[in-house]
Amino acid sequence: MRGLLRLAAIAVLALSVAACTSGSTASGKATITLYNGQHVQTTETLVAAFEKATGFNVAVRNDDEDVFDAEIVAEGPRSPADVIFSENSPALEYLQEKDLLAPVDRSTLARTPNKYNSPQGDWVGISARVSVLIYDPSLINRSALPTRVLELADPRYKGKLAFAPGETDFQPVVTSVLHAYGKPEALKWLNGIKTNAGSHIYPDNEAISAAVNRGVVAFGVVNQYYWYRMRAEIGAAGVHSRIAYFAPRDAGYVLNISGAAILKSSKHQAAAQSFLAFLVSGEGQEIIAHSISFEYPIASGVQTAQSETPFDELEPNPVDVGELGTGAQATALLRDVQLL
Amino acid sequence: MSLAARSARRPKVLLAATLLVVAVLALPLAFLLTEAAGAGASNVWHLIWRSLTASLLWNTVRLTVVVTVLCAVIGTLAAYGVERTDLPGRSVWAVLVVVPFAIPDFVVSFGWSSLSTWVQGFRGAVLVMTLAVYPLVYLPVAASLRGADPGQEEIARSLGVSRLATFFRITLGQARRAILGGCLLVALVILAEYGAFEILGFQTFTTEIFAEFNIVDTSVACALSLVLVLLSLFVLVGESASRGGGRVNRTGPGAQRVLARKRLGRARLPVLFGYALLVLAALGVPIGSSVYWIFEGGAHSLMGASLGSAALHTAGYSLAAALVATAMALPVALLVARHPGRVHLLLERTTFLVLAMPGLVVALAISYFSTRYANSFGYQTAPLLVLAYSIMFFPLALVCVRASVAQSPVSLEEVAGSLGVRRLPSFLRVTLPLVAPGVGAAFCLVFLSAVTELTATLILIPTNAETLATQFWAYQQNLSYGQAAPFALVIIAIAAVPSYVLGRFFDRLPRRGLAQAPGVVT
Repeated sequence: MRGLLRLAAIAVLALSVAACTSGSTASGKATITLYNGQHVQTTETLVAAFEKATGFNVAVRNDDEDVFDAEIVAEGPRSPADVIFSENSPALEYLQEKDLLAPVDRSTLARTPNKYNSPQGDWVGISARVSVLIYDPSLINRSALPTRVLELADPRYKGKLAFAPGETDFQPVVTSVLHAYGKPEALKWLNGIKTNAGSHIYPDNEAISAAVNRGVVAFGVVNQYYWYRMRAEIGAAGVHSRIAYFAPRDAGYVLNISGAAILKSSKHQAAAQSFLAFLVSGEGQEIIAHSISFEYPIASGVQTAQSETPFDELEPNPVDVGELGTGAQATALLRDVQLL
Repeated sequence: MSLAARSARRPKVLLAATLLVVAVLALPLAFLLTEAAGAGASNVWHLIWRSLTASLLWNTVRLTVVVTVLCAVIGTLAAYGVERTDLPGRSVWAVLVVVPFAIPDFVVSFGWSSLSTWVQGFRGAVLVMTLAVYPLVYLPVAASLRGADPGQEEIARSLGVSRLATFFRITLGQARRAILGGCLLVALVILAEYGAFEILGFQTFTTEIFAEFNIVDTSVACALSLVLVLLSLFVLVGESASRGGGRVNRTGPGAQRVLARKRLGRARLPVLFGYALLVLAALGVPIGSSVYWIFEGGAHSLMGASLGSAALHTAGYSLAAALVATAMALPVALLVARHPGRVHLLLERTTFLVLAMPGLVVALAISYFSTRYANSFGYQTAPLLVLAYSIMFFPLALVCVRASVAQSPVSLEEVAGSLGVRRLPSFLRVTLPLVAPGVGAAFCLVFLSAVTELTATLILIPTNAETLATQFWAYQQNLSYGQAAPFALVIIAIAAVPSYVLGRFFDRLPRRGLAQAPGVVT
């Protein structure tokens, strides 16, 4: 009994200390709440620079972009979120379709090339990454790798392919194939890659990158920055994998746009607008250019400072964010072939 | 007041408390039904009645069955060795075999999968899950073996029953409810597991539910979650059917005797080797890989402050959740044990369903109800996060408390009543000390689970706060294993404390508690 009371006292104490350490900031200016689906470290750097430049405060919550979407819908008009920052455009298009987003200032949109912004002007493009193949050279020769996305379904890759049908980074590839080749061909392709992957179906790109690097499977479809992140983290000596690009303008060569939007229900519209403006400003884009996210800055003419293929040398499929949409078409196809 | 009047009155309070608990625990289910209804019955049916469902079902069921059986064997044997034999270093093993439960499942699977490519798919999932959750069987079985009456075994032996037969017929018989209770927890936890399978590339219902949330199809995710609820119903019915009746409380009056420990004799070395192997596999591999990553990982920034603050938050939330969940479990356990009846039992059983629901679902349900129906009161503050943990891990507390309540003889409370001790003092001085081992185990289990919780935490944690698990996740998402690893190690260190306390607690409490309760020594 006494033990229990003691435990209760400790719990109350710990909770109150915890509550104090997470107290609010003192500054008089507005605090906006950011639902951050992007890399935590890079966002933290961006937020710190923004707070310093403007005097606004930003309260950051971190989670996967898709969970945030579900959360915002569950929260309804009382959502505490002011801004959402996502890794892929479909997460924003989804909120746009539900009519939950406020228009972004024109001057902010003008910083990013128009093709990387919301067609309705409800979100602004911040950075980009591109889909590639990650492979283990000891399991498959570079010359034996497919260069066109349709070849992924070729029976000669049976047991060698890995992909993540539920990953928000993969669905744009499916949508792109659908746009390029039509539904019957896309379904045939999906069935083919499903057979080829067999048990190598993973929930996300992190798992694919790790599995290929360990030699569990020969190659997989990921976004380029995972490999660069892995190399930066474990050092070139620990990286047994390489990356390969699809053929220029192939349907598998897809640019994924990361963007930010303001919720209609936000009570801090002005502060939220100034945060978005900061993200696409020269200062914000330079932070992304030097960050360990290895994403490409796409606004204010800033170029990546990391040693990766320069952005203007990429030759992706010209499918645009409007065509990529909410990902619902891709989801329907993945359901049809029982991958979802 | 007459005895009859007392026992007739008591259920009112207990029943009211139980109904309140059941209502709170029903929130996630209410959310699932609301969302699934939004998708339309024919839509939901169309999405469930597909070949993918069959393959997910097959994966989920075979994994659940195999891991549950393995956990039952490992957990029971480990508990028997620690509680009933002269195993050298018992108090150390008692802590070491519990700690693995507090290692985040994704750390276990990461550690193992980086050892060998063999650890993949089904076999990988079986290995990792068994090592991560067997303490769910160990803890209640150890508690039950400790509280069990040694007299029955002695009688059996004196009647010429062999050692082995005594073990199977008496010892296992006494621990049967605890074993089944533990198996029930294992099965339900596996149904809701996600983190471990992410790395292993194994698809279950829950990984698919997360994939559906991934593509923001909440209604589909909810429909699939309902299938999971259905599966857990089967598990519950199965457990109820095999549990059977019979009393397992002590026959002798008064304080429990110290029981003589079995000599291991020549078996000592092999048994020690077995414990070492188990601890190495469940504890050594994940710790080893965390340490490896600290040294091998990329450039680290200083993060002492962040580690300390995260540890503080983790400990605070988890302690509070353990207290709340245990307090919630007491009335329910007392109600079904002291006033068994069809309705009471049904109420108790329904509370188990929540364990098979992914944390994401529980958290979204709380988001939904608190923002829509409670004016966002307390949303994304510590009390609601603690409530979410308490809901999610309530069944863990219940199983432990129930096992102890079932073993504590009701006659002692009746004696206290007949001696004129009033109800509340009688509860505090007689009942609570009697069920103390179960309460301690409950507290510990909930604490250990809450320490590693991630998906609900991300949604409900106060803005700007972080726990060890959310920080680990933030770094691991960025493939910064070197920076993630210290958080995993601190989680393990924090978990070691209650595991140690629990071991000590069990060592002393049953006897001391009884001796301290006045009026029970006849």
